[in-house]
Amino acid sequence: MPKITLTVNGRAVSTEVEGRTLLVELLRENLRLTGTHVGCDTSQCGCCVVHVNGKAVKACTMLALQAEGARVVTIEGLAPDGAPLHPMQEAFRQNHGLQCGFCTPGMIMTAIDLVNREGNDLDDSTIREGLEGNLCRCTGYQNIVKSIAAGARAMKGKKRPAAA
Amino acid sequence: MLPSKFGVGQPHVRVEDPSLLTGHGRFTADAIPAGALRAVVARSPHAHARFRLNNIGAVREMPGVRLVLTGADTKELGSMPCAGVIKPSNEERMWLPHYPVLCLDVVRCVGDAVAFVVADTLAQARDAAEAFEIDWEPLPSVAGLKAATEPGAPLVWSERSGNVAFTSEVGDAAATDKAFSRAKRIVKLEIVNQRVVANYMETRAALAEPGNPVTLTLGTQGSHTVRNSLCAKVLKIPNEQMRVVTGDVGGGFGTKLGPYREYPLAFLAAKQLNKPVAWVSDRNEHFLGDAHGRDNVSFAELALDANNKFLGLRVDTIANMGAYLAFFGPFIVSNGATMLPGTYDIPAMYARARGIYTHTQPVDAYRGAGRPEAAYLIERLVDAAAHEAGVSPEELRRINLVSKSAMPYTTSTKRVYDSGDFSGHLNRALEAADARNFEKRAKEAKQRGKVRGLGMANYIEVCGGAGPEFARLKIEQDGSATLYIGTQTNGQGHLTAYSQFVADELDLPLDRIRVKQGDTADLPAGGGTGGSRSLPTGGPTTKAAAQKLALQLKELAARELEASADKLEIVDGAVRVTGSNRLVTFAALAAGNDPLLEAEGTFTPSAGTYPNGTHVCEVEIDPDTGETEIAGYWVVDDFGFTVNPLLLEGQIHGGIGQGVGQALLENTVFDADGQLLTATLMDYAIPHARDMSAIHFETRNIPCTTHPLGMKGAGEAGTIGACPAVMNAVGDALHRNFGIRHIDMPATPARIWRAIHREPR
Repeated sequence: MPKITLTVNGRAVSTEVEGRTLLVELLRENLRLTGTHVGCDTSQCGCCVVHVNGKAVKACTMLALQAEGARVVTIEGLAPDGAPLHPMQEAFRQNHGLQCGFCTPGMIMTAIDLVNREGNDLDDSTIREGLEGNLCRCTGYQNIVKSIAAGARAMKGKKRPAAA
Repeated sequence: MLPSKFGVGQPHVRVEDPSLLTGHGRFTADAIPAGALRAVVARSPHAHARFRLNNIGAVREMPGVRLVLTGADTKELGSMPCAGVIKPSNEERMWLPHYPVLCLDVVRCVGDAVAFVVADTLAQARDAAEAFEIDWEPLPSVAGLKAATEPGAPLVWSERSGNVAFTSEVGDAAATDKAFSRAKRIVKLEIVNQRVVANYMETRAALAEPGNPVTLTLGTQGSHTVRNSLCAKVLKIPNEQMRVVTGDVGGGFGTKLGPYREYPLAFLAAKQLNKPVAWVSDRNEHFLGDAHGRDNVSFAELALDANNKFLGLRVDTIANMGAYLAFFGPFIVSNGATMLPGTYDIPAMYARARGIYTHTQPVDAYRGAGRPEAAYLIERLVDAAAHEAGVSPEELRRINLVSKSAMPYTTSTKRVYDSGDFSGHLNRALEAADARNFEKRAKEAKQRGKVRGLGMANYIEVCGGAGPEFARLKIEQDGSATLYIGTQTNGQGHLTAYSQFVADELDLPLDRIRVKQGDTADLPAGGGTGGSRSLPTGGPTTKAAAQKLALQLKELAARELEASADKLEIVDGAVRVTGSNRLVTFAALAAGNDPLLEAEGTFTPSAGTYPNGTHVCEVEIDPDTGETEIAGYWVVDDFGFTVNPLLLEGQIHGGIGQGVGQALLENTVFDADGQLLTATLMDYAIPHARDMSAIHFETRNIPCTTHPLGMKGAGEAGTIGACPAVMNAVGDALHRNFGIRHIDMPATPARIWRAIHREPR
């Protein structure tokens, strides 16, 4: 089996994977980082969004081998072990931006990427368009949109290196 | 005791969020231990076929394969159970089809289960499931609801002519005929409520771990419900041999209420192999292997007198049951029919519903379960009547709404509405929506080449009803409290809401209260979550346990403080002599390990409760593309009593999301051969963020008179009001601009464009 080396949430990881192993399988099964979820099999739901070299990627659309040498950040890397919540996580909490919580890790990773790309003052339609690749079945999106707007504002001037 | 700052009524942020926000949730698939065997279900590619598995021996010999279970191996098991059996109106009892755990020699829908393969790895299990050589002898099939009722249609069950599973009637046929004979106007409408698929974001999964009992970790809406029915009906073993544990659940919406085939199969496999066995559904399999929702067609007639007062309602419904009866299948139809009069005073009513078998997935409870269908029917019919009578929809509603002064009001279906101010809600919702300036907005849109419509819907639903709930509350060694309760959160925020009830009685902050659900080992019984019952039933249950525990703690403290219990008060996790600083903390009391540190509570609702309200929706349609945009959405709800406004509003938003999905996007399509064409999220559209608009929400609570806390229930209300509100808005736009009388859900751009351009489908 081929071996890959990459950084996950700031830690160097070196492991053997099958050629067909997806990045999301590497994260969930080999590394037991189960916060990255699998909600579909056609790359629609966005539950598996992680950051690869600083950009949002659906971890089900990428082979683990393609992440050779990459910096991967998952939801677990935003507020590692007891650290305060990332401003985006905190905004979701304050604004009831989650119900069942299954889509939430992907939503938050997408939201942070959206702020990185579009800045800290996000209007309603930018956020709704920005969530093109993420599905939620519980919230009707209203509080997710509200959370992301608040989280974006809270991230202003606090750009912290998310475990990278 | 002072009112608790953490208690009931406060918009407290959720205690369950930190783990979910940081990736430390524990959904079923997250609990699969390293080294667990993996299972895959081999499913039918045919809607109806006789079959023979030819190479079972060879599949058993494939790399990594540990076990293959077939219909022959499981034929001693009982049928997958139906808890929703009703008394048919024209037969002594319902005929029940055999719903096998695995099909023996005939499959009756695409996706029907034929074998269960367990292997060391998922890839090996998949390879093995695909390696079956199966002789398929396709048989005639019928997937369409109407087609199944036509003469000569293929039969799903030869025992049932015309594919009729049962007939259910409600109301008074003779009185209704009489009312119609006096009518000045009779409005008729055929209404399709299409099949939808729940699509919770977490697909189902099962983890079975050997031992005595075998532990099944499952995403359920109540572990006791699933355990009890599996043990009693399918496996025929005592409850003690199975423990069901439910962790975090990524949405339920009704179709995670009952047991599914993979659960007894995983149980048997783990027992036989003495290793953990895990099965995880993928999204495609969710469409094929889970129960679906809705799917009925109704012919509805409304009789009006010369003053546009409703005289009678007559409804004939066919409801798709699928190939087998789902856990609540028949009940949904009969229960829903009792809510057909909605918020209106309709003196006479008669409804007949027939359950129909087709070669499709069984149809089960999906958010609202029969009540959204009823609300959609009556609200669309009222709008059609308004158009025909030449009065505004709001005026026709005002003429016919049950008035506040008529409460308690008994409907022609014998439902007793205890309270409600339907016209008050309507007035307020229209005011919030600035309905009086709608024409101005419509005119402005027209200048941009768009057409606008304003739609309203008054809904009422029945919640709760019979069925007790159970809770156990105890003080831990550190003075914190743990509540065990038999409902099951699927994202609603039960942990927070119940903690607020406990906080009220024990004056503890929410982080000193734990709520545990989902483990059959913790409680002897549990009612689960469904029918908007959890807070209306679980709330008083928790309160009862907490009040009892508070008294017991005072009793214990009375000994310690040498004071009489009636001179004691509970303050901040301690019991104190009123007005003094002599106190004993819960932690100090807990050191005694006294049985009084634990209390049980139970509550059984005495009657159904009736949440109600008005939804108003404004849409803007682009006639060139047929695209609909929701321009505004306003809700005024009467839930009787609010436990946590933050959670409540979340429930309404999400419910409306599902209603908007059904109204505008979602459709489950089978082709003529019964192939499911919409079996991925690429083909089946659930709402994205851009499909929704901001929702204005407010409450006009009128306490329920039959509930001790005045609660009415709220979990399904959003979905129930949303379909008719959105479709009445679409209908308004199409009627006023193009003279179109009715369009069925989902009002997709293609469907709207064709209606505008008078093209057949």
